[in-house]
Amino acid sequence: MSIRERLSGNEAAATAMKQINPDVVAAFPITPSTEIPQYFSTFVANGSVDTEFVAVESEHSAMSACIGSQAAGARTMTATSANGLSLMWEMIYIASSLRLPIVMSLVNRAVSGPLNIHNDHSDAMGVRDAGWVMLFSENNQEAYDNLLMAHRIAEHKDVQLPLMVCQDGFITSHSIENIELEEDDKVKAFVGKYQPEHYLLNKKEPIAIGPLDLQGYLFEHKAQQAEAMKNAKNVILEVSKDFEKTFGRKYGLFEEYKLDDAEIAIVCMNSTAGTTKFVVDELRNKGITAGLLKIRVYRPFPGEEVAKALSHVKAVAVLDKSDSLNAIGGALFSDVTSSMFVNGVNVPTVNYVYGIGGRDTTSSQIESVYSDLQEIAKSGKAENPYRYLGLRKEEN
Amino acid sequence: MSNLIEIRWHGRGGQGAKTASLLLADAAFNTGKYIQGFPEYGPERMGAPITAYNRISDTPITIHSNIYEPDYVVVVDDTLLESVDVTAGLKEDGAIVINTTKNADYLKSVLKGYKGNIYTIDARKVSMEALGKYFPNTPMLAAIVKVSGIMSDEALLADMEGSFKHKFAKKPEVIAPNMKALELALKEVKKVN
Repeated sequence: MSIRERLSGNEAAATAMKQINPDVVAAFPITPSTEIPQYFSTFVANGSVDTEFVAVESEHSAMSACIGSQAAGARTMTATSANGLSLMWEMIYIASSLRLPIVMSLVNRAVSGPLNIHNDHSDAMGVRDAGWVMLFSENNQEAYDNLLMAHRIAEHKDVQLPLMVCQDGFITSHSIENIELEEDDKVKAFVGKYQPEHYLLNKKEPIAIGPLDLQGYLFEHKAQQAEAMKNAKNVILEVSKDFEKTFGRKYGLFEEYKLDDAEIAIVCMNSTAGTTKFVVDELRNKGITAGLLKIRVYRPFPGEEVAKALSHVKAVAVLDKSDSLNAIGGALFSDVTSSMFVNGVNVPTVNYVYGIGGRDTTSSQIESVYSDLQEIAKSGKAENPYRYLGLRKEEN
Repeated sequence: MSNLIEIRWHGRGGQGAKTASLLLADAAFNTGKYIQGFPEYGPERMGAPITAYNRISDTPITIHSNIYEPDYVVVVDDTLLESVDVTAGLKEDGAIVINTTKNADYLKSVLKGYKGNIYTIDARKVSMEALGKYFPNTPMLAAIVKVSGIMSDEALLADMEGSFKHKFAKKPEVIAPNMKALELALKEVKKVN
Protein backbone atom coordinates (compact mmCIF):
# COMPACT_ATOMS: atom_id res chain seq x y z
CA MET A 1 0.00 0.00 0.00
CA SER A 2 1.21 3.49 -0.83
CA ILE A 3 1.70 5.79 2.12
CA ARG A 4 -0.14 9.14 2.03
CA GLU A 5 2.33 11.83 3.06
CA ARG A 6 3.14 15.49 2.57
CA LEU A 7 6.71 16.43 1.73
CA SER A 8 8.67 19.13 -0.03
CA GLY A 9 10.47 18.19 -3.25
CA ASN A 10 13.79 18.10 -1.43
CA GLU A 11 12.32 15.87 1.29
CA ALA A 12 10.91 13.62 -1.43
CA ALA A 13 14.34 13.32 -3.10
CA ALA A 14 16.09 12.64 0.22
CA THR A 15 13.44 10.03 1.10
CA ALA A 16 14.00 8.25 -2.22
CA MET A 17 17.75 8.24 -1.52
CA LYS A 18 17.14 6.82 1.95
CA GLN A 19 15.05 4.00 0.53
CA ILE A 20 17.58 3.33 -2.26
CA ASN A 21 20.32 3.24 0.42
CA PRO A 22 23.22 3.70 -2.02
CA ASP A 23 26.76 2.61 -1.17
CA VAL A 24 28.18 6.13 -1.43
CA VAL A 25 26.84 9.69 -1.44
CA ALA A 26 29.31 12.51 -2.09
CA ALA A 27 27.94 16.04 -2.10
CA PHE A 28 28.60 19.69 -1.35
CA PRO A 29 25.72 21.95 -0.27
CA ILE A 30 24.29 24.61 -2.58
CA THR A 31 20.94 26.40 -2.61
CA PRO A 32 18.26 25.20 -3.36
CA SER A 33 19.42 21.54 -3.17
CA THR A 34 21.24 21.92 0.18
CA GLU A 35 18.50 20.15 2.13
CA ILE A 36 19.01 16.90 0.19
CA PRO A 37 22.55 16.15 1.49
CA GLN A 38 21.53 17.77 4.79
CA TYR A 39 18.62 15.36 5.34
CA PHE A 40 20.67 12.49 3.95
CA SER A 41 23.55 13.09 6.35
CA THR A 42 20.99 12.86 9.17
CA PHE A 43 19.91 9.45 7.84
CA VAL A 44 23.59 8.42 7.87
CA ALA A 45 24.10 9.75 11.39
CA ASN A 46 21.07 7.99 12.87
CA GLY A 47 21.81 4.73 11.10
CA SER A 48 18.75 4.56 8.84
CA VAL A 49 21.10 4.01 5.88
CA ASP A 50 24.52 2.35 5.76
CA THR A 51 25.84 4.66 3.06
CA GLU A 52 29.36 6.07 3.13
CA PHE A 53 28.72 9.84 3.11
CA VAL A 54 31.63 11.85 1.73
CA ALA A 55 31.47 15.49 2.80
CA VAL A 56 33.74 17.02 0.17
CA GLU A 57 35.06 20.58 -0.09
CA SER A 58 33.64 21.46 -3.53
CA GLU A 59 31.35 20.15 -6.25
CA HIS A 60 34.32 19.30 -8.47
CA SER A 61 35.46 17.00 -5.69
CA ALA A 62 31.91 15.72 -5.17
CA MET A 63 31.68 14.49 -8.76
CA SER A 64 35.28 13.22 -8.64
CA ALA A 65 34.47 11.20 -5.53
CA CYS A 66 31.33 9.87 -7.23
CA ILE A 67 33.39 8.79 -10.23
CA GLY A 68 35.95 7.05 -8.01
CA SER A 69 33.39 5.17 -5.97
CA GLN A 70 31.16 4.19 -8.90
CA ALA A 71 34.22 2.97 -10.84
CA ALA A 72 35.21 0.94 -7.79
CA GLY A 73 31.86 -0.83 -8.02
CA ALA A 74 29.74 1.15 -5.55
CA ARG A 75 26.24 2.51 -6.28
CA THR A 76 26.71 6.27 -5.94
CA MET A 77 24.45 9.32 -5.71
CA THR A 78 24.81 13.08 -5.38
CA ALA A 79 22.75 16.27 -5.45
CA THR A 80 23.49 19.78 -6.64
CA SER A 81 22.20 22.96 -8.33
CA ALA A 82 23.34 25.70 -10.71
CA ASN A 83 26.92 26.79 -10.04
CA GLY A 84 27.57 23.56 -8.21
CA LEU A 85 26.85 21.73 -11.45
CA SER A 86 29.00 24.28 -13.30
CA LEU A 87 31.93 23.47 -11.05
CA MET A 88 31.37 19.75 -11.75
CA TRP A 89 31.39 20.34 -15.49
CA GLU A 90 34.77 18.77 -16.27
CA MET A 91 33.88 15.66 -14.28
CA ILE A 92 30.32 15.46 -15.69
CA TYR A 93 31.76 14.49 -19.07
CA ILE A 94 34.22 12.07 -17.50
CA ALA A 95 31.43 10.31 -15.58
CA SER A 96 29.46 9.68 -18.77
CA SER A 97 32.42 8.76 -20.96
CA LEU A 98 33.60 6.24 -18.37
CA ARG A 99 30.05 4.83 -18.53
CA LEU A 100 29.48 5.21 -14.79
CA PRO A 101 25.78 5.07 -13.83
CA ILE A 102 25.95 7.73 -11.11
CA VAL A 103 22.55 9.20 -10.16
CA MET A 104 22.20 12.91 -9.41
CA SER A 105 19.31 14.89 -8.02
CA LEU A 106 19.54 18.26 -9.79
CA VAL A 107 17.42 20.99 -8.24
CA ASN A 108 17.24 23.47 -11.09
CA ARG A 109 18.43 27.01 -10.48
CA ALA A 110 19.73 29.89 -12.59
CA VAL A 111 23.46 29.79 -13.30
CA SER A 112 25.12 33.07 -12.27
CA GLY A 113 25.60 35.80 -13.09
CA PRO A 114 24.58 38.13 -11.85
CA LEU A 115 24.01 36.09 -8.72
CA ASN A 116 20.54 34.53 -8.54
CA ILE A 117 19.47 31.58 -6.41
CA HIS A 118 16.06 31.04 -7.99
CA ASN A 119 14.68 28.62 -10.50
CA ASP A 120 15.28 28.32 -14.19
CA HIS A 121 16.76 25.54 -16.30
CA SER A 122 20.05 27.10 -17.32
CA ASP A 123 22.02 24.64 -15.18
CA ALA A 124 20.50 21.55 -16.82
CA MET A 125 20.68 23.05 -20.31
CA GLY A 126 24.40 23.66 -19.85
CA VAL A 127 25.02 19.90 -19.63
CA ARG A 128 22.41 18.72 -22.11
CA ASP A 129 25.09 17.40 -24.49
CA ALA A 130 27.26 15.81 -21.80
CA GLY A 131 25.95 12.26 -22.19
CA TRP A 132 23.75 12.06 -19.09
CA VAL A 133 20.23 10.69 -19.17
CA MET A 134 18.01 13.59 -18.05
CA LEU A 135 14.56 13.16 -16.49
CA PHE A 136 12.39 16.16 -15.55
CA SER A 137 9.79 16.18 -12.76
CA GLU A 138 6.61 18.23 -12.50
CA ASN A 139 6.30 17.91 -8.72
CA ASN A 140 7.59 16.16 -5.59
CA GLN A 141 5.88 12.91 -6.61
CA GLU A 142 7.67 12.76 -9.94
CA ALA A 143 11.02 13.72 -8.38
CA TYR A 144 10.55 10.77 -6.00
CA ASP A 145 9.32 8.31 -8.65
CA ASN A 146 12.02 9.27 -11.15
CA LEU A 147 14.70 8.63 -8.53
CA LEU A 148 13.21 5.20 -7.72
CA MET A 149 13.52 4.32 -11.42
CA ALA A 150 16.88 6.02 -11.96
CA HIS A 151 19.33 3.25 -11.03
CA ARG A 152 17.51 0.58 -13.03
CA ILE A 153 17.74 2.78 -16.11
CA ALA A 154 21.31 4.02 -15.60
CA GLU A 155 22.78 0.64 -14.61
CA HIS A 156 21.05 -1.36 -17.37
CA LYS A 157 23.66 -3.20 -19.47
CA ASP A 158 22.41 -1.51 -22.66
CA VAL A 159 22.75 1.96 -21.08
CA GLN A 160 25.46 2.32 -18.40
CA LEU A 161 25.23 6.08 -18.36
CA PRO A 162 24.88 8.55 -15.51
CA LEU A 163 21.42 9.98 -14.94
CA MET A 164 20.08 13.20 -13.46
CA VAL A 165 16.59 13.77 -12.08
CA CYS A 166 15.62 17.43 -12.36
CA GLN A 167 13.02 19.37 -10.39
CA ASP A 168 12.35 23.10 -10.05
CA GLY A 169 14.28 24.87 -7.31
CA PHE A 170 12.05 26.40 -4.61
CA ILE A 171 8.87 26.01 -6.70
CA THR A 172 8.77 22.28 -5.97
CA SER A 173 11.92 21.73 -3.88
CA HIS A 174 10.60 23.96 -1.06
CA SER A 175 6.85 23.50 -1.48
CA ILE A 176 5.06 21.05 0.84
CA GLU A 177 2.59 18.97 -1.16
CA ASN A 178 0.79 15.65 -1.00
CA ILE A 179 2.79 12.63 -2.13
CA GLU A 180 2.33 8.86 -2.27
CA LEU A 181 5.39 7.12 -0.83
CA GLU A 182 6.10 3.42 -1.24
CA GLU A 183 7.15 0.99 1.47
CA ASP A 184 10.88 0.55 2.09
CA ASP A 185 11.03 -3.17 1.27
CA LYS A 186 9.07 -2.71 -1.94
CA VAL A 187 11.36 0.08 -3.08
CA LYS A 188 14.39 -2.04 -2.21
CA ALA A 189 13.01 -4.95 -4.22
CA PHE A 190 12.15 -2.69 -7.16
CA VAL A 191 15.54 -0.93 -7.30
CA GLY A 192 17.45 -4.21 -6.91
CA LYS A 193 21.10 -4.87 -6.20
CA TYR A 194 23.89 -3.20 -8.15
CA GLN A 195 25.95 -5.84 -9.90
CA PRO A 196 28.46 -4.16 -12.22
CA GLU A 197 30.00 -6.34 -14.90
CA HIS A 198 33.40 -4.63 -14.68
CA TYR A 199 34.69 -2.65 -11.70
CA LEU A 200 38.02 -1.58 -10.25
CA LEU A 201 37.84 -3.51 -6.99
CA ASN A 202 37.30 -6.84 -8.73
CA LYS A 203 40.59 -8.62 -8.01
CA LYS A 204 39.73 -11.40 -10.45
CA GLU A 205 39.71 -8.94 -13.33
CA PRO A 206 42.33 -6.19 -13.04
CA ILE A 207 41.30 -3.34 -15.37
CA ALA A 208 42.17 0.26 -16.10
CA ILE A 209 39.43 2.89 -16.33
CA GLY A 210 39.89 6.15 -18.22
CA PRO A 211 43.33 5.77 -19.83
CA LEU A 212 44.58 7.81 -22.81
CA ASP A 213 42.28 7.40 -25.81
CA LEU A 214 43.54 9.18 -28.94
CA GLN A 215 42.79 9.15 -32.67
CA GLY A 216 42.62 5.38 -32.81
CA TYR A 217 39.48 4.77 -30.75
CA LEU A 218 37.98 7.84 -29.03
CA PHE A 219 35.58 8.26 -31.98
CA GLU A 220 34.36 4.68 -31.60
CA HIS A 221 33.95 5.12 -27.86
CA LYS A 222 31.89 8.26 -28.41
CA ALA A 223 29.73 6.38 -30.92
CA GLN A 224 29.17 3.71 -28.26
CA GLN A 225 28.06 6.40 -25.81
CA ALA A 226 25.65 7.73 -28.42
CA GLU A 227 24.33 4.21 -29.00
CA ALA A 228 23.83 3.74 -25.24
CA MET A 229 21.83 6.97 -25.16
CA LYS A 230 19.62 5.69 -28.00
CA ASN A 231 19.16 2.41 -26.09
CA ALA A 232 18.12 4.34 -22.99
CA LYS A 233 14.78 5.19 -24.58
CA ASN A 234 13.52 1.59 -24.59
CA VAL A 235 15.05 0.86 -21.20
CA ILE A 236 13.23 3.87 -19.70
CA LEU A 237 9.97 2.59 -21.16
CA GLU A 238 10.59 -0.94 -19.81
CA VAL A 239 11.47 0.29 -16.33
CA SER A 240 8.50 2.69 -16.33
CA LYS A 241 6.19 -0.16 -17.29
CA ASP A 242 7.48 -2.27 -14.41
CA PHE A 243 7.13 0.74 -12.11
CA GLU A 244 3.49 1.10 -13.13
CA LYS A 245 2.91 -2.61 -12.56
CA THR A 246 4.53 -2.41 -9.12
CA PHE A 247 3.34 0.96 -7.80
CA GLY A 248 0.50 1.94 -10.11
CA ARG A 249 1.77 5.28 -11.41
CA LYS A 250 2.18 5.50 -15.17
CA TYR A 251 5.12 7.20 -16.88
CA GLY A 252 6.21 7.45 -20.50
CA LEU A 253 8.79 9.46 -22.42
CA PHE A 254 6.45 12.43 -22.11
CA GLU A 255 2.95 13.06 -20.82
CA GLU A 256 0.16 14.03 -23.18
CA TYR A 257 -2.45 16.06 -21.32
CA LYS A 258 -5.66 16.45 -23.34
CA LEU A 259 -3.49 16.46 -26.45
CA ASP A 260 -5.47 13.85 -28.46
CA ASP A 261 -8.03 16.28 -29.83
CA ALA A 262 -6.12 19.52 -29.15
CA GLU A 263 -5.86 22.19 -31.83
CA ILE A 264 -3.24 24.20 -29.96
CA ALA A 265 -0.49 22.80 -27.75
CA ILE A 266 2.21 23.88 -25.33
CA VAL A 267 5.42 21.87 -24.85
CA CYS A 268 7.21 22.44 -21.54
CA MET A 269 8.97 20.74 -18.62
CA ASN A 270 8.87 20.57 -14.81
CA SER A 271 6.50 22.59 -12.60
CA THR A 272 5.18 24.84 -15.39
CA ALA A 273 3.48 21.76 -16.82
CA GLY A 274 1.28 21.67 -13.70
CA THR A 275 0.26 25.29 -14.11
CA THR A 276 -0.39 24.59 -17.80
CA LYS A 277 -2.71 21.68 -16.90
CA PHE A 278 -4.70 24.07 -14.71
CA VAL A 279 -5.02 26.49 -17.64
CA VAL A 280 -5.87 23.72 -20.13
CA ASP A 281 -8.77 22.67 -17.87
CA GLU A 282 -10.05 26.25 -17.65
CA LEU A 283 -9.80 26.74 -21.42
CA ARG A 284 -11.52 23.40 -22.08
CA ASN A 285 -14.43 24.63 -19.92
CA LYS A 286 -14.70 27.56 -22.32
CA GLY A 287 -14.66 25.23 -25.32
CA ILE A 288 -11.08 25.96 -26.38
CA THR A 289 -9.31 22.74 -27.38
CA ALA A 290 -5.95 23.33 -25.71
CA GLY A 291 -3.47 20.57 -24.91
CA LEU A 292 -0.09 19.98 -23.30
CA LEU A 293 2.94 17.84 -24.08
CA LYS A 294 5.11 17.61 -20.96
CA ILE A 295 8.62 16.36 -21.60
CA ARG A 296 9.76 13.85 -18.98
CA VAL A 297 12.73 12.35 -20.82
CA TYR A 298 14.83 15.20 -22.20
CA ARG A 299 17.95 13.09 -22.85
CA PRO A 300 17.61 10.88 -24.82
CA PHE A 301 15.26 13.24 -26.67
CA PRO A 302 12.22 11.35 -27.97
CA GLY A 303 12.19 13.28 -31.27
CA GLU A 304 10.19 10.93 -33.43
CA GLU A 305 7.54 10.37 -30.77
CA VAL A 306 7.22 14.10 -29.96
CA ALA A 307 6.86 14.98 -33.65
CA LYS A 308 4.15 12.36 -34.08
CA ALA A 309 2.27 13.49 -30.97
CA LEU A 310 2.20 17.08 -32.27
CA SER A 311 1.46 16.26 -35.92
CA HIS A 312 -2.32 16.85 -35.68
CA VAL A 313 -2.31 20.25 -33.95
CA LYS A 314 -2.59 23.61 -35.71
CA ALA A 315 -0.07 25.58 -33.65
CA VAL A 316 2.59 24.75 -31.06
CA ALA A 317 4.40 26.85 -28.44
CA VAL A 318 7.59 25.51 -26.87
CA LEU A 319 8.41 27.03 -23.47
CA ASP A 320 12.09 27.29 -22.55
CA LYS A 321 13.07 28.15 -18.96
CA SER A 322 16.55 28.98 -20.19
CA ASP A 323 17.68 31.34 -22.91
CA SER A 324 20.33 29.92 -25.22
CA LEU A 325 21.47 33.47 -26.13
CA ASN A 326 21.98 32.26 -29.70
CA ALA A 327 19.55 34.54 -31.59
CA ILE A 328 17.34 31.64 -32.72
CA GLY A 329 15.65 30.27 -29.57
CA GLY A 330 15.91 28.02 -26.55
CA ALA A 331 17.26 24.47 -26.41
CA LEU A 332 13.92 22.69 -26.08
CA PHE A 333 12.58 24.71 -29.01
CA SER A 334 15.54 23.64 -31.17
CA ASP A 335 15.03 19.99 -30.19
CA VAL A 336 11.28 20.03 -30.80
CA THR A 337 11.38 21.93 -34.10
CA SER A 338 14.26 19.93 -35.56
CA SER A 339 12.45 16.72 -34.58
CA MET A 340 9.31 17.97 -36.31
CA PHE A 341 11.26 18.95 -39.44
CA VAL A 342 13.12 15.67 -39.90
CA ASN A 343 9.92 13.74 -39.28
CA GLY A 344 8.00 15.73 -41.88
CA VAL A 345 5.68 17.49 -39.43
CA ASN A 346 4.95 21.01 -40.59
CA VAL A 347 3.04 22.84 -37.85
CA PRO A 348 3.60 26.55 -37.10
CA THR A 349 5.71 26.61 -33.93
CA VAL A 350 6.86 29.45 -31.69
CA ASN A 351 9.22 29.66 -28.76
CA TYR A 352 8.76 31.52 -25.46
CA VAL A 353 11.68 32.01 -23.12
CA TYR A 354 10.11 32.43 -19.67
CA GLY A 355 10.59 32.24 -15.90
CA ILE A 356 14.26 33.26 -15.96
CA GLY A 357 15.87 33.71 -12.53
CA GLY A 358 12.71 32.71 -10.67
CA ARG A 359 10.30 35.12 -12.40
CA ASP A 360 6.94 33.68 -11.35
CA THR A 361 5.09 31.93 -14.16
CA THR A 362 1.40 32.66 -13.73
CA SER A 363 -1.68 31.02 -15.16
CA SER A 364 -2.46 34.27 -16.98
CA GLN A 365 0.91 34.13 -18.75
CA ILE A 366 0.12 30.59 -19.92
CA GLU A 367 -3.35 31.74 -21.02
CA SER A 368 -1.73 34.48 -23.11
CA VAL A 369 0.38 31.85 -24.89
CA TYR A 370 -2.72 29.83 -25.78
CA SER A 371 -4.38 33.02 -26.95
CA ASP A 372 -1.38 33.73 -29.24
CA LEU A 373 -1.62 30.13 -30.49
CA GLN A 374 -5.28 30.62 -31.45
CA GLU A 375 -4.20 33.52 -33.68
CA ILE A 376 -1.36 31.49 -35.17
CA ALA A 377 -3.70 28.54 -35.80
CA LYS A 378 -6.10 30.90 -37.60
CA SER A 379 -3.48 32.60 -39.78
CA GLY A 380 -1.24 29.56 -40.22
CA LYS A 381 1.77 31.83 -39.73
CA ALA A 382 4.24 31.90 -36.85
CA GLU A 383 5.96 35.24 -37.10
CA ASN A 384 8.84 36.23 -34.78
CA PRO A 385 9.12 32.70 -33.43
CA TYR A 386 11.69 33.61 -30.73
CA ARG A 387 9.69 35.40 -28.03
CA TYR A 388 9.68 36.25 -24.35
CA LEU A 389 6.93 35.52 -21.83
CA GLY A 390 6.64 37.60 -18.66
CA LEU A 391 9.44 40.03 -19.50
CA ARG A 392 8.98 43.52 -17.99
CA LYS A 393 7.89 46.11 -20.51
CA GLU A 394 9.79 49.36 -20.71
CA GLU A 395 8.26 51.66 -18.12
CA ASN A 396 7.65 55.33 -18.90
CA MET B 1 -11.33 23.27 -8.72
CA SER B 2 -14.14 25.37 -7.27
CA ASN B 3 -13.35 23.97 -3.81
CA LEU B 4 -9.84 25.46 -3.93
CA ILE B 5 -8.99 27.83 -1.07
CA GLU B 6 -6.01 30.14 -1.51
CA ILE B 7 -4.36 31.95 1.41
CA ARG B 8 -1.57 34.52 1.46
CA TRP B 9 0.49 35.26 4.57
CA HIS B 10 2.30 38.53 5.21
CA GLY B 11 4.83 38.67 8.00
CA ARG B 12 8.34 39.66 8.86
CA GLY B 13 11.31 37.31 8.75
CA GLY B 14 11.65 35.55 12.10
CA GLN B 15 7.97 35.78 13.16
CA GLY B 16 7.12 32.36 11.83
CA ALA B 17 4.73 33.21 8.97
CA LYS B 18 6.40 30.50 6.89
CA THR B 19 6.14 28.01 9.76
CA ALA B 20 2.50 28.94 10.30
CA SER B 21 1.73 28.33 6.62
CA LEU B 22 3.41 24.93 6.84
CA LEU B 23 1.49 24.09 10.04
CA LEU B 24 -1.77 25.04 8.33
CA ALA B 25 -0.84 22.81 5.39
CA ASP B 26 -0.14 20.01 7.86
CA ALA B 27 -3.42 20.44 9.70
CA ALA B 28 -5.43 20.51 6.45
CA PHE B 29 -3.50 17.50 5.14
CA ASN B 30 -4.49 15.57 8.26
CA THR B 31 -8.17 16.23 7.55
CA GLY B 32 -7.70 14.52 4.16
CA LYS B 33 -7.16 17.53 1.91
CA TYR B 34 -4.73 18.18 -0.91
CA ILE B 35 -2.39 20.95 0.17
CA GLN B 36 0.41 23.27 -0.85
CA GLY B 37 2.46 25.32 1.59
CA PHE B 38 5.30 27.43 0.27
CA PRO B 39 7.11 30.65 1.06
CA GLU B 40 8.15 33.22 -1.51
CA TYR B 41 11.88 33.23 -1.03
CA GLY B 42 13.46 36.61 -1.50
CA PRO B 43 16.44 38.18 0.17
CA GLU B 44 15.01 36.93 3.46
CA ARG B 45 16.39 38.49 6.62
CA MET B 46 15.19 38.88 10.17
CA GLY B 47 12.58 41.64 10.12
CA ALA B 48 12.21 41.94 6.33
CA PRO B 49 8.70 41.54 4.87
CA ILE B 50 8.04 37.98 3.74
CA THR B 51 5.15 36.26 1.98
CA ALA B 52 4.01 32.66 2.29
CA TYR B 53 1.16 30.81 0.63
CA ASN B 54 -1.31 27.97 1.09
CA ARG B 55 -3.55 26.16 -1.33
CA ILE B 56 -6.08 23.73 0.14
CA SER B 57 -8.39 21.63 -2.00
CA ASP B 58 -10.48 18.45 -2.11
CA THR B 59 -8.89 17.55 -5.45
CA PRO B 60 -5.22 17.36 -6.56
CA ILE B 61 -3.55 20.77 -7.05
CA THR B 62 -1.38 21.14 -10.14
CA ILE B 63 -0.90 24.91 -10.36
CA HIS B 64 2.60 26.03 -9.34
CA SER B 65 2.62 29.80 -9.17
CA ASN B 66 2.32 32.38 -6.43
CA ILE B 67 -1.18 33.42 -5.36
CA TYR B 68 -2.49 36.70 -6.79
CA GLU B 69 -6.20 36.47 -5.99
CA PRO B 70 -6.35 34.92 -2.51
CA ASP B 71 -9.54 34.00 -0.69
CA TYR B 72 -7.91 34.96 2.60
CA VAL B 73 -4.99 37.09 3.73
CA VAL B 74 -3.26 36.78 7.09
CA VAL B 75 -1.19 39.71 8.37
CA VAL B 76 1.14 38.60 11.16
CA ASP B 77 2.60 42.08 11.78
CA ASP B 78 0.46 45.23 11.56
CA THR B 79 3.47 47.45 10.83
CA LEU B 80 3.26 46.00 7.31
CA LEU B 81 -0.18 47.51 6.72
CA GLU B 82 1.22 50.87 5.61
CA SER B 83 4.10 49.54 3.52
CA VAL B 84 2.71 46.42 1.83
CA ASP B 85 -0.46 46.29 -0.29
CA VAL B 86 -1.83 43.40 1.75
CA THR B 87 -5.29 43.36 0.14
CA ALA B 88 -3.89 43.24 -3.43
CA GLY B 89 -6.13 40.86 -5.37
CA LEU B 90 -7.94 39.71 -2.21
CA LYS B 91 -11.44 38.50 -3.09
CA GLU B 92 -14.24 40.62 -1.68
CA ASP B 93 -16.18 37.57 -0.57
CA GLY B 94 -13.08 36.49 1.33
CA ALA B 95 -11.53 38.03 4.43
CA ILE B 96 -8.39 39.46 5.97
CA VAL B 97 -7.15 38.50 9.43
CA ILE B 98 -4.79 40.92 11.14
CA ASN B 99 -2.71 40.63 14.29
CA THR B 100 -3.36 44.09 15.73
CA THR B 101 -4.86 46.19 18.52
CA LYS B 102 -5.55 49.11 16.16
CA ASN B 103 -9.13 50.34 15.82
CA ALA B 104 -11.56 49.76 12.98
CA ASP B 105 -11.26 53.27 11.50
CA TYR B 106 -7.49 53.00 11.20
CA LEU B 107 -7.73 49.53 9.63
CA LYS B 108 -10.35 50.64 7.11
CA SER B 109 -8.20 53.60 6.12
CA VAL B 110 -5.01 51.55 5.54
CA LEU B 111 -6.88 48.75 3.77
CA LYS B 112 -7.84 51.14 0.97
CA GLY B 113 -11.57 50.51 1.03
CA TYR B 114 -11.39 46.72 1.06
CA LYS B 115 -15.04 45.64 1.06
CA GLY B 116 -14.67 42.10 2.42
CA ASN B 117 -14.66 41.00 6.03
CA ILE B 118 -11.93 42.25 8.35
CA TYR B 119 -10.99 40.22 11.42
CA THR B 120 -8.48 41.07 14.12
CA ILE B 121 -6.75 39.24 16.91
CA ASP B 122 -4.32 40.44 19.54
CA ALA B 123 -1.83 37.63 19.01
CA ARG B 124 0.67 39.34 21.31
CA LYS B 125 -1.76 39.18 24.23
CA VAL B 126 -2.62 35.55 23.47
CA SER B 127 1.00 34.56 23.08
CA MET B 128 2.17 36.33 26.23
CA GLU B 129 -0.66 34.80 28.25
CA ALA B 130 -0.14 31.27 26.96
CA LEU B 131 3.57 31.10 26.22
CA GLY B 132 5.03 33.99 28.19
CA LYS B 133 6.86 35.01 25.00
CA TYR B 134 5.85 36.65 21.73
CA PHE B 135 5.40 33.98 19.03
CA PRO B 136 2.47 35.17 16.89
CA ASN B 137 2.37 32.21 14.50
CA THR B 138 0.40 29.75 16.65
CA PRO B 139 -2.41 32.26 17.45
CA MET B 140 -2.55 33.33 13.78
CA LEU B 141 -2.89 29.70 12.70
CA ALA B 142 -5.93 29.33 14.96
CA ALA B 143 -7.32 32.66 13.73
CA ILE B 144 -7.23 31.74 10.03
CA VAL B 145 -8.75 28.33 10.71
CA LYS B 146 -11.59 30.01 12.63
CA VAL B 147 -12.19 32.65 9.94
CA SER B 148 -11.90 30.35 6.92
CA GLY B 149 -13.70 27.38 8.43
CA ILE B 150 -11.21 25.02 6.76
CA MET B 151 -11.83 22.66 9.68
CA SER B 152 -13.66 22.66 12.99
CA ASP B 153 -12.08 24.00 16.19
CA GLU B 154 -12.09 20.47 17.59
CA ALA B 155 -10.37 19.02 14.52
CA LEU B 156 -7.69 21.71 14.70
CA LEU B 157 -7.01 21.14 18.38
CA ALA B 158 -6.91 17.37 18.06
CA ASP B 159 -4.65 17.54 15.06
CA MET B 160 -2.27 20.18 16.39
CA GLU B 161 -1.75 18.30 19.63
CA GLY B 162 -0.28 15.48 17.55
CA SER B 163 1.80 17.91 15.47
CA PHE B 164 3.17 19.71 18.54
CA LYS B 165 4.05 16.40 20.19
CA HIS B 166 6.06 15.53 17.11
CA LYS B 167 7.54 19.00 16.58
CA PHE B 168 8.46 19.59 20.20
CA ALA B 169 9.54 16.03 21.02
CA LYS B 170 12.65 17.44 22.70
CA LYS B 171 10.80 20.30 24.43
CA PRO B 172 7.61 18.64 25.78
CA GLU B 173 7.10 21.51 28.25
CA VAL B 174 6.01 23.86 25.43
CA ILE B 175 3.24 21.57 24.09
CA ALA B 176 0.57 22.54 26.64
CA PRO B 177 1.28 26.32 26.35
CA ASN B 178 1.00 26.11 22.54
CA MET B 179 -2.29 24.24 22.85
CA LYS B 180 -3.48 26.97 25.23
CA ALA B 181 -2.44 29.61 22.66
CA LEU B 182 -4.61 27.89 20.03
CA GLU B 183 -7.60 27.65 22.37
CA LEU B 184 -7.34 31.29 23.44
CA ALA B 185 -6.87 32.46 19.86
CA LEU B 186 -9.98 30.62 18.66
CA LYS B 187 -11.99 32.73 21.15
CA GLU B 188 -10.04 35.96 20.70
CA VAL B 189 -10.46 36.49 16.94
CA LYS B 190 -13.06 39.24 16.28
CA LYS B 191 -14.90 40.56 13.28
CA VAL B 192 -14.34 44.30 12.87
CA ASN B 193 -16.83 45.38 10.19
